[in-house]
Amino acid sequence: MRHTISVLVENKFGVLSRVSGLFSGRGFNIESLSVGETIEPAVSLMTIVTSGDDQIIEQITKQLNKLIDVIKVVDFMEIDHVEREMVLIKAAPKKADRIEVLKLTEIFRGRIVDSGTTTYTIEITGDEGKINAFIELIKPFGIKEFVRTGKVAIARERVKKAQITTEKKEHR
Amino acid sequence: MKKLGAEILVECLKREGVKHIFGYPGGVVLNIFDALYDDKDLKLILTRHEQGAVHAADGYARASGKVGVALVTSGPGATNTVTGIATASMDSIPVVVFSGQVPTMLIGNDAFQEADIVGITRPCTKYNYLVKDVNDLARIVREAFHIASTGRPGPVLIDLPKDVTAGKADFVWPQEIKIRSYRPTYEGNKWMIKQAANEIAKAKKPVIMAGGGVIISGASKELKELAELSQIPVTMTLMGLGGFPGTHELSLGMLGMHGTYYANMSVQESDLLIGIGVRFDDRVTGKMGTFAPHAKIVHIDIDPTSIRKNIRVDTPIVGDVKHVLKDLLKFLKEEKEQWDAIRKTWLKQIKTWKLGMPLKYTYVENVIKPQFVIEKLYEITKGDAIITTEVGQNQMWAAQFYKFNKPRTFLTSGGLGTMGYGFPAAIGAQLAYPDKLVIDIAGDGSIQMNIQELATAVINKLPVKVAILNNHYLGMVRQWQELFFGERYSYSHLDVVPDFVKVAEAYGAVGFRATKPSEVEPVIKEALKVKDRPVFMDFIVDWKEKVYPMVPAGAAINEMLFEEEKREEKKLKAVR
Ligand SMILES: Cc1ncc(C[n+]2csc(CCOP(=O)(O)OP(=O)(O)O)c2C)c(N)n1
Ligand SMILES: [Mg+2]
Repeated sequence: MRHTISVLVENKFGVLSRVSGLFSGRGFNIESLSVGETIEPAVSLMTIVTSGDDQIIEQITKQLNKLIDVIKVVDFMEIDHVEREMVLIKAAPKKADRIEVLKLTEIFRGRIVDSGTTTYTIEITGDEGKINAFIELIKPFGIKEFVRTGKVAIARERVKKAQITTEKKEHR
Repeated sequence: MKKLGAEILVECLKREGVKHIFGYPGGVVLNIFDALYDDKDLKLILTRHEQGAVHAADGYARASGKVGVALVTSGPGATNTVTGIATASMDSIPVVVFSGQVPTMLIGNDAFQEADIVGITRPCTKYNYLVKDVNDLARIVREAFHIASTGRPGPVLIDLPKDVTAGKADFVWPQEIKIRSYRPTYEGNKWMIKQAANEIAKAKKPVIMAGGGVIISGASKELKELAELSQIPVTMTLMGLGGFPGTHELSLGMLGMHGTYYANMSVQESDLLIGIGVRFDDRVTGKMGTFAPHAKIVHIDIDPTSIRKNIRVDTPIVGDVKHVLKDLLKFLKEEKEQWDAIRKTWLKQIKTWKLGMPLKYTYVENVIKPQFVIEKLYEITKGDAIITTEVGQNQMWAAQFYKFNKPRTFLTSGGLGTMGYGFPAAIGAQLAYPDKLVIDIAGDGSIQMNIQELATAVINKLPVKVAILNNHYLGMVRQWQELFFGERYSYSHLDVVPDFVKVAEAYGAVGFRATKPSEVEPVIKEALKVKDRPVFMDFIVDWKEKVYPMVPAGAAINEMLFEEEKREEKKLKAVR
């Protein structure tokens, strides 16, 4: 099972390597990891996407909690939440396909953030499924490269027992 | 008035109640050494290797329950501490290690004697610090001692750049420690404890499995009360020895790979296993999934990650062993079961196992059996000694044949299995208790890993005794090769073993040798008379002797191997 786990940590020197070292040292896998500041400058938030059976996930959250610099660990599996990630795609469509690429970008509520003589750089934000779908759609037109951020997640205001959020409804 | 960083450090150590530091100097810690030079209350014990310093601090901590302290220089001094730190980490021992570091502005430049020791020790410390500002020093030292000694204890390293200890600041001793993200759980969940009490009242064949957590939390008294009140036999892990009296009639001795027959059988047959301050290491459980197959499992431990890491648990209780046992006893006293009556059959069964298959070895007239040496040590010291061990057969025979009745009297590297641990650890223990008898039970291989510490013991007039079970082999390796590698003794024979008597004498210590069983007792008695310097006792033992019972790696713990004729006995028993 894949889990998105957010880890609130003291914003201290070396804390990232404590967390990543825990995963590598114990053979847990990290699918993605993103780190950023929070409203309190002394605290950072890491969002980690990992996978494993229940016992492994239990170990992961307990081991994270055990790290001295970790303030709080939230496994979003049990919580109604919103997840987002972003991708920057440098597409290089043939001249004839340019319009089509622009249209798709529009449909996915993306933006063109840069353009060269033969390329568009497209920014798309959404959940993983949306981003994967967009990449698949653009691929046939030619992608030079793309970069993805890790996932970030935040709990929904009214926390109900999670009915699996249908991602489509999410993005209208 | 402003003080030098080095002076602040010394002041902090005193406030933490430190009396001895184990250390070794070098360029970037000279400021600290200078501050220690004419200090009357804080003594530095100069070891002969940084590994020895950390093991000594560890032995000091295990024997006394206080935090052990080591101080070393940067680069090679710091890297030499890694084995000691990892040893302390695996066994949850409170040690604070101070390492010198190159000046802050040179960090990262591959400066002379620079090593990223904070990076290197991150996975084997409970926490570690790089002090970047002398104004943070006092707070960090205070936090380090707190972290090392509370919750599940462990080693903490503080890296001290030279400019920090040479810098100046006001000395401010923090009145309180505020670490918002560190709050160990001491009280167990009452509901869970109540459930455990119910399980105990219902169980027909319960067994307690006690580990190092009992000793760390100082819960031996509560454990004894629990066992006696509810008539439950107690087996101990290697780390748990001494946590429950080894001579008590409810004691089953050690379990696991070299555990007693009756401990392993009891666990495998039990219907309730109460793990107290244990982490279910693979040396104890044998093949996963075959361990205690019929038992419900209650697991008490202060570290939540220990629970359900290796085995399934029915009643998990996170908390300090002493706190939890006190609560558990309260509930049990309310149960008012007729404990004797409900345990009668089970205890009778255990008695049969004990009588049928005690720990034994075959005594012979002309060759010293290593087990005989341990038995004699026990007999002559009447069990009143602090025993440390090296690693290998010597360690297992010590665990099997010496009976430990008190906590903190058996110091051994359980988790990491570090050869070379026992001798420096004995030095640390002897400093903590100058009047106690401290004996390192050693192998001829292991003792050579930190033999240089003879100098430390001689200089400090420490009467540490070392009983070398000299089999001219890396005996435990040889044992595996004999049993599992078709007697192919690849590189386990120590062709050249030094004359340990002469080595001892060369350092200014005393050496004795015994080659026949009749010499064992006189040698021990002579050694015990020496009060002002260390003694090596070189026991030339039967090199063919093996540690039994033995559970082969990957087998269930009731699949034990015994010495040849005992194997026959077991077959007979099975036929019957
Ligand atoms: C530092 C270290 N290196 C290697 C080992 C692997 N090892 C475990 S026991 C053993 C043999 C120990 O020999 P000795 O000290 O003579 O003890 P004996 O088994 O003969 O009693 C070895 C090499 C270890 N535990 N520690
Ligand atoms: Mg040997």
